[in-house]
Amino acid sequence: MAESMHDTMVDREIDRRKMQVSEEVAIQITGMNKWFGMFHVLRDIDLTVHKGERIVICGPSGSGKSTLIRCINRLEEHQTGQIVVEGTELTSDLKNIDKIRSEVGMCFQHFNLFPHLTILENCTLAPIWVRKIPKREAEETAMHFLEKVKIPEQAEKYPGQLSGGQQQRVAIARSLCMRPRIMLFDEPTSALDPEMIKEVLDTMIELAEEGMTMLCVTHEMGFARQVANRVIFMDDGQIVEQNEPEEFFRNPKSDRTKLFLSQILGH
Amino acid sequence: MSDASFVRSEMLSEQDPPPTSVGVIGWLRANLFSNWWNSILTVLCLAAIWYVLSGLLGWTLLSVWNAGSLNECREIMIASWGSTHGHACWGVINDRWLQLLFGFYPPELYYRPILAMLLLFAALAPVLFADKVSPRLLYVTAAYPFLMPWLMWGGSIWTPVGVAAGFVLAYLVGRKLGGTVPGLVLGIVSAIVWWMLWLGLPVQSEVFGSGVGEILVVGLGESLASISPDAAPFWLETVESRKFGGFMLSVLIGVVAIGCSLPLGILLALGRQSNMLIVKAICVGFIEFIRGVPLITLLFVASTLLNIFLPPGTNFDIILRVMIMVTLFAAAYMAEVIRGGLAGLPTGQYEGADSLGLNYWQAQRLIIMPQALKISIPGIVSTFIGIFKDTTLVSIIALLDPLGLSNSIRADTDWNGVYWELFAFIALMFFIACFGMSRYSMYLERKLKTEND
Repeated sequence: MAESMHDTMVDREIDRRKMQVSEEVAIQITGMNKWFGMFHVLRDIDLTVHKGERIVICGPSGSGKSTLIRCINRLEEHQTGQIVVEGTELTSDLKNIDKIRSEVGMCFQHFNLFPHLTILENCTLAPIWVRKIPKREAEETAMHFLEKVKIPEQAEKYPGQLSGGQQQRVAIARSLCMRPRIMLFDEPTSALDPEMIKEVLDTMIELAEEGMTMLCVTHEMGFARQVANRVIFMDDGQIVEQNEPEEFFRNPKSDRTKLFLSQILGH
Repeated sequence: MSDASFVRSEMLSEQDPPPTSVGVIGWLRANLFSNWWNSILTVLCLAAIWYVLSGLLGWTLLSVWNAGSLNECREIMIASWGSTHGHACWGVINDRWLQLLFGFYPPELYYRPILAMLLLFAALAPVLFADKVSPRLLYVTAAYPFLMPWLMWGGSIWTPVGVAAGFVLAYLVGRKLGGTVPGLVLGIVSAIVWWMLWLGLPVQSEVFGSGVGEILVVGLGESLASISPDAAPFWLETVESRKFGGFMLSVLIGVVAIGCSLPLGILLALGRQSNMLIVKAICVGFIEFIRGVPLITLLFVASTLLNIFLPPGTNFDIILRVMIMVTLFAAAYMAEVIRGGLAGLPTGQYEGADSLGLNYWQAQRLIIMPQALKISIPGIVSTFIGIFKDTTLVSIIALLDPLGLSNSIRADTDWNGVYWELFAFIALMFFIACFGMSRYSMYLERKLKTEND
């Protein structure tokens, strides 16, 4: 009885998540391969991300998950196959690359804030120079997003004066200031002390609830359960398994996935 | 009850350190007399300092200021102290200081280099002290590269105006074409065409043939000869390059080399990191060649060899040739210093800039360079100081920098045999300039540091 009730709740939750996802395609990756020198790091990746989808990518280190999302904004260059982001194909055309990068926000493991600029300047730099927004307006937008990540009082400080969690929230705000359509997260909580992970995850959950298209490389399985509508497991440069989170965690199909989950959930 | 269990019942309050570890006594004990061996060293060092200072101060202070020749100096010394040993004859400085400062620049025109020097401070202030000085002074900075040669060499105001207009034209053409590579090339080409046309127009007088004008276009003198000086407004009497000398010359070459080598060095450092094979090869080749050749060799090339390669009849101003060579020399070293700064930046900074959609030049200007240059400040200022001191090498190709002048002062029978006083004065002048640069770099490092952490 309790079991079935839980199931209906889960079903309802999954339905709710599906509701937010539109049919519109945000990212289309077909037959994509990448090598580092002779090393075949991504093999035949096919992935379609719909608008509003929240995807968590997990897998052992060296499995190519970071490389995959870095290919989406061309921090890494793929060699064969096709990546289409918001209808624009990634080629070596610099104009296309800069356009896609301004539509796709990214947060890094080590934040990559600019240490010589204040928090506010970090957030206004790209809108002013890339979007050509007047300084006043860019600052208003920046303060809006800094309030959203709950650190407006730090606006005049420098990144070095903030804690890791605060820096990562600034990094999220900085990306949001460009009003991106897609957000990429590359292990955003891996470099943080345990007590700071929650504040960053809370920010990301809030973002997910607003319907942002998100691709997130993370080992935070709680986060995956709570907000993802698809979990992708990668190993050896390939997508090994993907499924809705409840099914993925309760009933993994492949042996590699089972092994991986037993290792990270085992303790 | 177990020993492992302990609960503090009251917290300890803060206490003063023991009096022997703070204040003057504490400092002396810690730094000079921490044990008997250090105490002996301290006493020995103080004795050595006293020995050197007593000799030096005696020589400097018990000295002759008013004398017209070395012999007169010696007579006064013998009359006052009974010997010529251990006393400086500052009479030579008293007699020739204007020459040491200005070379053979016409004395009635001294106001022009002085004005140029004052304007230099005004032009540097908004760059060096951006947070304290009104940014409106930047107009002076922008105008300075064109005003300074006009003040120093004289001639018509139209020459610097025309040269400046060429830059404006290049900028406008480049902007019209959207900052692309063909835009850049077309901008440069249009500026060069403009300069050829402008300097070819008979606006200047023939005097400019020996001034700034002739250095740009071959055989220009003839077409300019037809107009008289009075026809041009804001005419300044021209001064030929061979009359330049003294500290004025050192500062002139030094400032131009320092001012031009930094941007050139930045471009070379970026070129060396470039993915474009040919650009990279050119930059690496240039840097390695220049660094592999002594500056004196380059100066000889500038003074003698260059004429072989230039079309016959060209009179390429010698000071300009030296400036170019010293600038190229400094730029090669600068490029390597800045490359060190670039290498010190984590790749995350490039990725952060890229991920926000900044293009290459925006990322360099806004993110990479501010940080790379900050890391490189000590190296950059070292290069500046080195280059400023290297300007004394031009005495080898017969330009009258302070050291070259000291030779010609000694060639005068009045001052034949004066060495120490001249060198001491020259050393002091260089020391003031170099020490100033060094202090500024430390100030800048401190300022940029406190802002960041």
